[in-house]
Formats: sequence, structure tokens, C-alpha cells
Amino acid sequence: MHPIFTSIAIAGPETVLTLGSLAALMLGTFSGKGPKDSRALTVTSLFAVAILALAGFTLLDAPAGITRAFDGLYVADDFSAFLKVVILAASAASVLLALPWLQESGSGRFEYPVLLLLATLGMTMMVSANDLLTLYVGLELAALPSYVLAAFHRQDDRSAEAGLKYFVLGALASGILLYGVTLIYGFSGSTQLDVIAGVVSGQTERSIGLLFGIVFILAGLAFKVSAVPFHMWTPDVYEGAPTPVAAFFSAAPKAAALGLLARVMIVAFPGNIAGDWQQILIFIAIASMVLGAVAAVAQTNIKRLLAYSSIANIGFALVGLTPGTPAGISALLFYVTVYVAMTLGSFLVVLQLRRPDGSPVESMADFAGLSKTQPKLAAALAIFMFSLAGIPPLLGFWPKFAVFQAAIASGLIALALIGFVASVIAAFYYLRLIKIMYFDEPAPAPFGPLATEGSAVNGAMIAACALFCSPIGMLAISPLVAATARAAAALFPA
Amino acid sequence: MIGLTHYLAVSAALFVLGVFGIFLNRRNIIIILMALELILLAVNINLVAFSAFLHQVHGQIFAMFVLTVAAGEAAIGLAILVIYFRGRGTVAVDQADLMKG
Repeated sequence: MHPIFTSIAIAGPETVLTLGSLAALMLGTFSGKGPKDSRALTVTSLFAVAILALAGFTLLDAPAGITRAFDGLYVADDFSAFLKVVILAASAASVLLALPWLQESGSGRFEYPVLLLLATLGMTMMVSANDLLTLYVGLELAALPSYVLAAFHRQDDRSAEAGLKYFVLGALASGILLYGVTLIYGFSGSTQLDVIAGVVSGQTERSIGLLFGIVFILAGLAFKVSAVPFHMWTPDVYEGAPTPVAAFFSAAPKAAALGLLARVMIVAFPGNIAGDWQQILIFIAIASMVLGAVAAVAQTNIKRLLAYSSIANIGFALVGLTPGTPAGISALLFYVTVYVAMTLGSFLVVLQLRRPDGSPVESMADFAGLSKTQPKLAAALAIFMFSLAGIPPLLGFWPKFAVFQAAIASGLIALALIGFVASVIAAFYYLRLIKIMYFDEPAPAPFGPLATEGSAVNGAMIAACALFCSPIGMLAISPLVAATARAAAALFPA
Repeated sequence: MIGLTHYLAVSAALFVLGVFGIFLNRRNIIIILMALELILLAVNINLVAFSAFLHQVHGQIFAMFVLTVAAGEAAIGLAILVIYFRGRGTVAVDQADLMKG
């Protein structure tokens, strides 16, 4: 067989997603009667979910061990396979959860699932990137549809402004990252991660050019994961973008960008130079945890609150990356998986609720007395909040414990202590939302009926996320930790 | 004789101009789009200069990809800008303040 076919077969999920997104575009164009026909949207969304599931199935018969494709541009290993499962699942959930919202809002355009498929393709490329070129193309393929998605509700001025802000800052971040990529290419002579590693470990004294390159790349990637000091866009974009889009942004792209960050740092810059990027990561992690916890206290908008919560959570996840050990990477992957379930669950509850006049819920005051009007949703949201706060019996506690354990094992005790304090501060605002739901009197106008269409699917997803985050989810810990340990080992060749 | 350092200096100057063009400009969002193109231009100069210096073709291929992606990025940016202008009737930077963070 010609090597190109072998490569295409190795890149199974990407091939399925590429062909599937093109097919979805055709399906959406020809299955409806006009651009506003919601039947085209429903058909395309279900097709997109099927494509995402098919892409997941191609991972099942992937060969074990590390397989390279396209002359080393692409790598398929346990690390990429684990993250791809998380990304595909989060994207499928994002397609399904948006369906009732899109049908209701009148802008029921079928492009939503198509854009989401393309962004997912970019994210799967990101976690499989073994070359700075694949890294860049994957990153842009994930980013460009995201800009459009942020501005998807284009009649709404806030959505257009969110799209514009996201685009300007995102393009700036890609430019900074790209500048770093050129410096690393120039001073190491290669764009392939393992070749760069060979050059870097062969150097006796540290190269200033490479160091600058690492700083620029870290700055660009810190933007993509919305880590402090490159977090400014997050609250504005989450608030302005349509709620299902904010839910998508908070889950799959975070997992992909963290995976990419881990692979670039661990594979390309091991050994002596690791101490340099660790210092930067320590700063980014501490700043994200502290700012995410402190700035969220003053928020009154639930979407902004969840945005700051995601900033803080990224900080905790980066604590796992900082030591650069297999245990740390395993803890990072564990954290990302649980975080995706918690954040999707929280956004799903927000999406399910409607004001009496049918408008979506935005203010935290709207949640007053939710335990009396919607006891099931209030209980689910309480589970997510307790879990995000890291209260022990719930699942959210265990990945926090794992990242701090990995940091302490590598002697980063101060980092773990600051993280612990930040997590106590963050607990304040999670618990405040629970207090509003359970102890405040309902507002004069109680909640109206829930969104009807498709809400059974969303209800089932909320139940699944809540079950996963509840103490029952502890049953999932041992298989999950075994899988993350296997995935982390793939980054550290023996 | 013009060496690698000269190319890198020009590229660094363009990059800094681009970054400052985004942060110091309070007037017009279209200027921001131009500044973004300037940054990508700086990147391309770097890539081509390193490619020639290292006697490799990788850098030039990379530059082709950057050019292509930059075109797509500019198209999407302008499309979003048009949507924004339809709603607000202005492209002034300091008017983009519906959400304060």
C-alpha cells in the first residue's frame, strides 16, 4: 500500500471527521426548504453526532503503542487517543445540548453542527500534533470555526461583539505563538517535536533564541486555555456568546489545548530546559487559580461566574503539568476529564432554565428558591457546584487531590499550598450559589415551564453528568486513573 | 552584506509594530485587522530567512501554510466585523464595551 494510505488509515478519526463535516454541510444544504427550516438543523445535528461516534469507533481498533504518520507530522498514541475520546464526547454533548436552544431562538441554522465538527477536527489534530506545522494548522482549524460560533446569534449585538473580541485576541495569540514557532524552528533547525528534543538535550549552554521561542509559545497557548495573564477574553466571550456555544468553549477546546501544551512541553523540551518552562508554568498556574477564585466572588452573571470558574480550574489542571512527571500528566488528564463533565453539567442546567417570559436565565438572582420550583435541577446544580468546589465525597475532589499530590511529590510544596488556599476561596462562590438556590425566597415571579423540545435529551445528559460527579462516580476512578496513567506513559518514551 | 540578523531585526520590528498597533489603537477595528496581518508578515519573514539560512525547505513550506491560514483568518475577521457594524453602526474600538470585564 502506498504510504499515504497507511497514514490516512492511522489518522482514522480525522479522516472520518473531515469527510463527515463535508457530508454534513451537503446534508444541511439539501435537506431543508430554506435557511430557517429547523428540520435541516435537526437532521444535520443528529448526523454530526453519528459522525463523532464513528470517529470514536475508529479509535477502538487503533494499534497499540506509538504510531507515526505523514512523515512524522502526526502521531497516534495512548495520550492522543484518551484526549480524543474526551473531546469527541464533549463535542457530541455540545451538539445535542444546543439543539433545543437553536430551534427556539429562531436562528435555527444547520451550520452550527457543521462548524462544531470542523472545530472538533482541529482539536483532534492538536492532540495528535508531532510537528509545529500540525500544531499550528490544528490550532487554527479549531479557532476559526470558534470565532464564527461566538458570533452565531448575529442579530444580538452582544454575540457579535463577543465574536469580534474573541477573533481579535485569538488572532493575536496565534500570531504570538507563531512567532515563537519560527524562533524555535530557526534555533533548533527542525519543526518536529522529537528532533527539537534531540537538539535541545544536546546543547551544553542554554540558547536565548529557544528560550524566547518557548516563552512566546507558552503565551499563545495560555491564551487558548484562558490562563492568567491571557484570560481577559474569557468572561466577555462567555457572557456574549450564545449559552450553548459558551458550554462548548468551556469543555472540548480546553481539553485539546491542555493536551497540546503538555505534549509540546514534555516531548520537545525535556531535560535541562524543563526547569525554565516550569517556572513560567508555576506563575501561570498560581495567577490563574488566585485570580479565578478572587474575581469570581463579585460576579452576578452566571455565565461570567462559570467563565472565572473555568479560569481557576485551568490553573489547577496546570498544577498537574508543572512537575513534568508521568504522575503529573496522569493527574492533569484525570482533572480535565472530570472538569469537562462538571462544566458541561453546569451549563446544561443553566440552559434548561427559562424566565417566565421565555428569556434565558443570566443573573444569579434568578436562581433564588430554585430548590422549591425545580428541585431536581437544583439538586443537580448543587452536585456540580459542590464538585467544582472540591468537597470530598464528590468526584471533583479526587483530581484536585491528584494534581496536588503530583506537585508535592516533585517538591513544589508552595504551589500546592497556594492552590489549596485558592480552592478554599473559590468554594465561597460555589457555595453562595447553593445558598441562593436553597435558602433564598423565590423571586415574585417564579420560573416558568422548562424548555420543552429536546429537553428530555438534555435532562438525561444532566442526570448522567450529575451521577458521574456524585459519590457514585468514585466507581469510575480506578478505570479512569488506569487509562490516564497509560496515556501519560506514552509521552515519556522509555 | 545582509545577514540573518538583519532579517530577524526587521521581522522583530514588524512584530512589535503589529502588537502595538493592536493595543495602542483606540480608533478603528479595521486598523487592528491590519496590525494582525503585520504580525503574520513578521512571522513569514522569519520563516523564510531561517529557511534560507539553514538551507532547508521546511520554513518556506511553513510560510505557505501561514499565508493560506492568514487569508482565511482575514475573511472570517471581516465577516464578523460586518455583522458587528450592522448591529452597532460603528467600528470604533472604544464603542465595543457592551460587556465589561
